[in-house]
Amino acid sequence: MPINTTPALNTKRTLQIEDVGMVFPTKRGPFVALRDINLEVQRGEFVTLIGHSGCGKSTLLNLVAGLTTPTSGLLLLEERELKGPGPDRGVVFQNHSLLPWLSCHDNVLLAVERVFGEDENNQRLRNRTVAALELVGMGHAAAKRPHEISGGMKQRVGIARALAMEPKMLLMDEPFGALDALTRARLQDELMKIVATTGATVMMVTHDVDEAVLLSDRIVMMTNGPAATIGEVLRVDLPRPRDRVALAENRSYVQYRKEVIDFLYTRHSHVEKAA
Amino acid sequence: MVSAVFHSPRDAALIPETKADAKPTRTAAYAGAAHPAPAKLPRDPFDWRGLGGRVFPPLAGMALLIGIWGLLTANSTTFPTPLATFDAAWKLFANPFYRNGPNDQGIGWNVLYSLERVGLGFGLAALVGIPLGFVIGRFALLNRMVSPLVSLLKPVSPLAWLPIGLLVFKSANPAAIWTIFICSIWPMVINTAVGVQKVPEDYLNVARVLKLSEWKIATRILLPSVMPYLLTGVRLSVGTAWLVIVAAEMLTGGVGIGFWVWDEWNNLNVAHIIVAIFVIGIVGLLLEWALLAVARRFDYS
Repeated sequence: MPINTTPALNTKRTLQIEDVGMVFPTKRGPFVALRDINLEVQRGEFVTLIGHSGCGKSTLLNLVAGLTTPTSGLLLLEERELKGPGPDRGVVFQNHSLLPWLSCHDNVLLAVERVFGEDENNQRLRNRTVAALELVGMGHAAAKRPHEISGGMKQRVGIARALAMEPKMLLMDEPFGALDALTRARLQDELMKIVATTGATVMMVTHDVDEAVLLSDRIVMMTNGPAATIGEVLRVDLPRPRDRVALAENRSYVQYRKEVIDFLYTRHSHVEKAA
Repeated sequence: MVSAVFHSPRDAALIPETKADAKPTRTAAYAGAAHPAPAKLPRDPFDWRGLGGRVFPPLAGMALLIGIWGLLTANSTTFPTPLATFDAAWKLFANPFYRNGPNDQGIGWNVLYSLERVGLGFGLAALVGIPLGFVIGRFALLNRMVSPLVSLLKPVSPLAWLPIGLLVFKSANPAAIWTIFICSIWPMVINTAVGVQKVPEDYLNVARVLKLSEWKIATRILLPSVMPYLLTGVRLSVGTAWLVIVAAEMLTGGVGIGFWVWDEWNNLNVAHIIVAIFVIGIVGLLLEWALLAVARRFDYS
């Protein structure tokens, strides 16, 4: 392990993952899901985790979210060890996880109250909630219940809930996986805009190569499980704002895309385990 | 069983309802083929067929029951005919709220007294049972501690609890309420606990990610999520309570529909007993309906 250099050099560093491993106990003995994970995420960086299903990318995200505790290694958020989940990391779940008995407004307010409730009056809390909903273009549906809006809209509210907490990091677990292609594209564009305006640090799990290249500053490619680890990290140096139509013919975009596909399908092609 | 009484007529009513609904849809399809886009189908002013399909079968079932009863009792001297029973009911309901001393009161008073006992016993059971179910569902250790006790005590007949009540309270009325309490608490404890355990993991993850306080988890996530289970428990409990009260009152006496049945048996007034059976059934049905209406309000799906 390299010894920490002067803190001044590390001020941009938001997340550090050091030698993290994750072993789940099962009936057939311990199952090694992740091993030797080392990763740093800088402030304002957009990092995606990509890999085949079962490669532990969601496990890694859950470790960062604090929903599970690593069996070895260390996770640091702004130089502090992560102990359990907390509102400093806004999580966007794949299935939105909005509470069906609360309106969109109240779903977001629940998070806002938790973070700012002690210092701010009700009016300010409501203002924050409305601002977050308007940021994702859902101001008009504040009074609606989750079952009254579409899947894409639910996911927007989920993002609003995460962002409203002003977290140090935004963690997204295949947030657009359950959406149709057109809705997904629109939400990706809007996510890029939101990230540009808020300067959010994002870690996102995906299995969509185009999504990874379009959104990321860096793509973390994971090897197949069990005992998955980081195979390669690809830096995507495409200028922002990025436009999906223009990028489709962009040479370096095509090259980045090819590199990810090459990693996923040639060098680490997924072999379905025989049952 | 109250629920059994309740479900059969409704289920019977449901089948013709769907049939009646299917009819207009089919006509709509045909009409749509003939005219590209009819804005609205000309509908019958009143759906007689639908109404007939919904009302006729239950009435026919009732008529069949009364018919068989009439046939069987036509030559009987001890068992009253339907007509005699109806006659007795007519006289009873002409003045349901009279009072001629403590042992001779109108059937309305008897029903109300029974409902009061059920309300008290059941209310206390809800006050204890629902929070108990919550903590059992939420904390695994408590669950392991309490669930053997619940399994042991749940199948005990209500009447076995009555002597304990008499011993402790030294009086019939609290003993009856105690019996209701101890019999109607289990469905609420169990259903609430199961509901808490079945709260979707996603919602609990939201709670964990937001690090909500235990109070907020209980009020914002657990309670709304558990509500449908809880209300099923409440419905089962009220059903049980209403079953138990009749038996308990037969033994404890006083004023109440159970006591009234026993009193009429001692007077050999069988017609009144049959009227009481109908009254007990109808009150149970109304209780169930009221709770179903409440449950429907908390359906979030």
